[in-house]
Amino acid sequence: MARDVILATDGLTMEFKGFRAVNGVKLEVERGTIHALIGPNGAGKTTCFNLLTKFLIPTAGTIRYKDKDITGMRAADVARLGLVRSFQISAVFPHLTVTENVRIALQRRLRGDSFDFWRPEKVLRALDGEALALVEAVGLSDFADSLAVELSYGRKRALEIATTLALDPEMLLLDEPMAGMGHEDVDRTAQLIRRVSKDRTILMVEHNLSVVASLSDRITVLARGQVLAEGDYATVSKDPRVVEAYIGAGHA
Amino acid sequence: MADTAAIDVAPIAAALPTRRDDKALHRMIFVGIALLLIAAPLVLYPVYLMKVLCFALFALAFNLLLGYGGLLSFGHAAYFGMASYLCAYTAKHLGFTPELAILSGTATAAVLGLIFGSLAIRRQGIYFSMITLALAQMAFFFSLQAKFTGGEDGIQAVPRGNLFGVFSLADDRAMYAVVCVVFMAGMLLIYRIIHSPFGQVLKAIRDNEPRAISLGYRANQYKLAVFVLSATLAGLAGSTKAIVFQLASLTDVHWSMSGEVVLMTLVGGMGTVFGPIVGALVIVTMETYLAQFGAWVTIIQGCVFVLCVLLFREGIIGLVAKLIRKPL
Ligand SMILES: Nc1ncnc2c1ncn2[C@@H]1O[C@H](COP(=O)(O)OP(=O)(O)OP(=O)(O)O)[C@@H](O)[C@H]1O
Ligand SMILES: [Mg+2]
Repeated sequence: MARDVILATDGLTMEFKGFRAVNGVKLEVERGTIHALIGPNGAGKTTCFNLLTKFLIPTAGTIRYKDKDITGMRAADVARLGLVRSFQISAVFPHLTVTENVRIALQRRLRGDSFDFWRPEKVLRALDGEALALVEAVGLSDFADSLAVELSYGRKRALEIATTLALDPEMLLLDEPMAGMGHEDVDRTAQLIRRVSKDRTILMVEHNLSVVASLSDRITVLARGQVLAEGDYATVSKDPRVVEAYIGAGHA
Repeated sequence: MADTAAIDVAPIAAALPTRRDDKALHRMIFVGIALLLIAAPLVLYPVYLMKVLCFALFALAFNLLLGYGGLLSFGHAAYFGMASYLCAYTAKHLGFTPELAILSGTATAAVLGLIFGSLAIRRQGIYFSMITLALAQMAFFFSLQAKFTGGEDGIQAVPRGNLFGVFSLADDRAMYAVVCVVFMAGMLLIYRIIHSPFGQVLKAIRDNEPRAISLGYRANQYKLAVFVLSATLAGLAGSTKAIVFQLASLTDVHWSMSGEVVLMTLVGGMGTVFGPIVGALVIVTMETYLAQFGAWVTIIQGCVFVLCVLLFREGIIGLVAKLIRKPL
């Protein structure tokens, strides 16, 4: 059975002044799955994301997305290929309204570049309907006209997901999408992720293991920059090395 | 992100979203400004007014880059000054009509902005600012050494000429009318840029550049575009000033001119639509009426600057906007 791999890395390595945050990572994400990347703090998960989305240039290794070598591409161009990330530290546009935050993503997808400085903002109103629908999907309707800076942390995360979804990306990289959320929001977000995963691929970093267990098809465990184990939740959670890595990190 | 400029470029005033009824308010203010411009020569000297307007346009152009692009240039005198030289030169030595001279000056600033901008935007924060300063210093020394700029003397006795070859601008009132039109057009264009699809992306990049990039925006291209627009409009202001005062000199390319436009923008309120105009009015008035105190002007300016930074970072208009809770 040939696996349909959408994103693959080989020997991915990132060195910060002699310190290998990511060390020879081989990762294969199958199309249409939810793939979780877990590991103790400082394992190199976020650094991996930064490499995959070209926010960092790897010291060594290659990245292939949809059979295309994207190792040398620029971040914005990778996003245009449909490989879109969210950030661990909630990344919104604080001085735009909630609707505008989502709309800025729609604007990129539907209009391409917007160098038209001579046109009135009015032309963007055509996107408001779709933007509001996305705002509603993440439960932020009541805040549609609020500035993003005024939102609580959990709501900022929700807004970030809505903004990411507005790009209708083929593949989503979510860095701890539920960090800082209350129970209710975690449930809603988990449902949302499952819903949007229908015709997409998702690679997700998440510390909430029950979420990981219920959502993901496959899990890769990272520790000290290296892949420690890979498989479904049952396999991985029983792996003694994984257990040790988590406990070891807990003591450190 | 906040670190894209040396100072925090998202003050509270800019944070207020512009809603539809706010635009109606802005329109009323524009009409008010137009009426004021018509009435002002009845009570004030046209030459003083023209100076205010040229600097107001300069500050508006600068604020487009700082307040909306989040980029702090320490070298905007280069575009203002080089444009003024080219305008003066073409008007005096090539016999260009004033509108063509202004156009050639403005085009010079655009080209210079494209070159300097593409060098500077590769760096972030204070490094960006330092590169703009260094490049502007090069423009200054070029102006000092080059033949066509007239060195220490500058280009003097520039003819105001006849607009479109027909209307003489020798009279201050005729000149004033032209300056008013240039100013209003520049101001409205900047307002449109801020409230365009392009402006929307610009605000996003200013707010959070990595996020904008992750959405597929090539941030550097947008930064370069706003840099060129800002330099071009600064050039329009510098060119117009050369025709009005019939002079282009080293003062216009000097680093202190770059500092002055920063001051005007901060005093008026960066990231506000109308702040730079008020800032220019305050600073030009101070210079004009305090000129008798000589060197003290500089010291007073320094104090104003320190006060602004310490006490009201939003600037005059920023403060008003905060009080009435409307973006201005
Ligand atoms: N720019 C950088 N310069 C130097 N070291 C870095 C840099 N970025 C990350 N590191 C180091 O690389 C290691 C991995 O960091 P990373 O943020 O990828 O971990 P993580 O798995 O995402 O952790 P967490 O679960 O806490 O988010 C850490 O030790 C971190 O200190
Ligand atoms: Mg992380």
